[in-house]
Amino acid sequence: MAAITSTPRQKFGWGLANALTVVIVAIPVLWLLSLSFKTPAAITNASFWPSQWTWGNYSGILTTQQFIRPLLNSIGIGLISTFIAVILASMAAYAVARLAFPGKKLLIGMSLLIALFPPISLVTPLFNIERALGLFNTWPGLIIPYVAFGLPLGIYILSAFFREIPWELEKAAKMDGATPFQAFTKVIAPLAAPGMVTTAILVFLFCWNEFLFAISFTSTITSRTAPAAIAFFSGSSQFTSPIGPISAAAVVITIPIIIFVLFFQRRIVAGLTSGAVKG
Amino acid sequence: MSTTTETAVTAPPEAPAKHRKQLSEGARAERRFGWLLCAPAVIVMIAVTAYPIVYAIVLSLQRYNLAFPNLRKWVGFSNYGAVLSSPYWWHALVVTLIITIVSVAIELVLGMLLALLMFRTIFGRGLVRTSVLIPYGIVTVAAAYSWQFAWTPSTGYLSAIFGNSAPLAHTVPAIGVIIVAEIWKTTPFMALLLLAGLSLVPEDLQKAAMVDGATAWQRFTRITLPLIKPAILVALLFRTLDAFRIFDNIYILTAGGNGTYSVSILGYDNLFNSLSLGIGSTISVLIFISVAIIAVIFIKGFGTAAPGSENL
Repeated sequence: MAAITSTPRQKFGWGLANALTVVIVAIPVLWLLSLSFKTPAAITNASFWPSQWTWGNYSGILTTQQFIRPLLNSIGIGLISTFIAVILASMAAYAVARLAFPGKKLLIGMSLLIALFPPISLVTPLFNIERALGLFNTWPGLIIPYVAFGLPLGIYILSAFFREIPWELEKAAKMDGATPFQAFTKVIAPLAAPGMVTTAILVFLFCWNEFLFAISFTSTITSRTAPAAIAFFSGSSQFTSPIGPISAAAVVITIPIIIFVLFFQRRIVAGLTSGAVKG
Repeated sequence: MSTTTETAVTAPPEAPAKHRKQLSEGARAERRFGWLLCAPAVIVMIAVTAYPIVYAIVLSLQRYNLAFPNLRKWVGFSNYGAVLSSPYWWHALVVTLIITIVSVAIELVLGMLLALLMFRTIFGRGLVRTSVLIPYGIVTVAAAYSWQFAWTPSTGYLSAIFGNSAPLAHTVPAIGVIIVAEIWKTTPFMALLLLAGLSLVPEDLQKAAMVDGATAWQRFTRITLPLIKPAILVALLFRTLDAFRIFDNIYILTAGGNGTYSVSILGYDNLFNSLSLGIGSTISVLIFISVAIIAVIFIKGFGTAAPGSENL
């Protein structure tokens, strides 16, 4: 169904375009990888590949709390935010897809508004609110905003998924005496699991990537996430460049995500497009 | 359904027909359950967005600097006067609009080419679909460092190729680098949204047009484009508003130096460098209004269907 007709020349053209795309995608990632393996002296030789390979940058960052702690923060904050957002979004999406109640349009409108909301508009007021509530520089101080920004995405994807689930099964469960809550947990939730996995992946990617809140609502490594911590890296002395350690840290937070993305690519594509195109 | 529910609920407690009362009980229970399920999500979303934006409006009417908390007082709209008469605000707005318009325009063209590439090729399709997800998945900060180091004189391969140039040290080239970094990161997202639109175009139409002798370009402009217009508009809406709030790339690449600051960078600097909650909140509110204006232009002006609104 793909190509209607393709001559060898067209095939060659598409192949060339494919190769070009892959190269353009790969170069910045390979450059980061190369920098992370360069010795401090070789950083300034501007060659694309290291002449001498070293693990020094990695052993440097992986033995300092300045990176390990933020890495653990990133994992913890990301997982907790994702878990809460998926649960809350599943509940709301189930209601949107299955139940008749007034205010549904309002909920969808609100989700859209938040999906399009400029986060910087919240930084100043939330900064002051978090200071007053003692949430500044704590895990919940990041988890709460991450859940709020993960919810719209989750509600969109999951309500699209929930609409595809056959009604009859839920009816049958209710006929057999299940309460609406049992119909939800015993029948619909297992069928909706793939949608929930997709949502979880996208929300986790968002949390892992987030930078503005991470630098605004934290002040030390007790709650600073990895991307924010990297931005505050400095050389071990003022005469050493932090380029090597920064590159190594950037690779460390990138490689798992690349593997993750490649592994779950179908789900990610389905999730990204179901929300935006088919509603 | 909804009308019967309405009348059932507003009916007096002793409704005459018994079966009707049962229906109303069921409908009421369903309605309560619906609200109950949505409540936690709604509460979190309101607590984190609606309440702070209202609070930002309140703060924007005050002179409130964390360095001088004792001088806090109500000043009406004078913060708005100060920001709107400041060349920094207008510079940031122009820089933001340039970055937004140029990057989204290029992304639309590249994204469309990439979507067609992913849709049409057979050989290596899986490889391309997989590889375009890398820029989408990579942490923006990590990618931004890659571009920054690539353009650092005597360190970067790109700088070396272009005669040891230092584009990040000058306004216009630096904005160019920021735009390239933005395009590299987000074109895949645009392409995936357009690809989903392309897959909805019936193949029969294309075949019929081919039989009638339409060229590939004619088929694209007369059949494909009109049919995927809704997908294009949604992708443009999302990407425009996303580009308008650009922060990470600029923060890493130039930190807003050399006149490359966007409105988001300006808002951040006002809070954390000047500690001015009043002015910072005023900028927050103005950015919010700008985003609302862009969204209204898209939805009312171009008729972009707000996703999710049509099939409730």
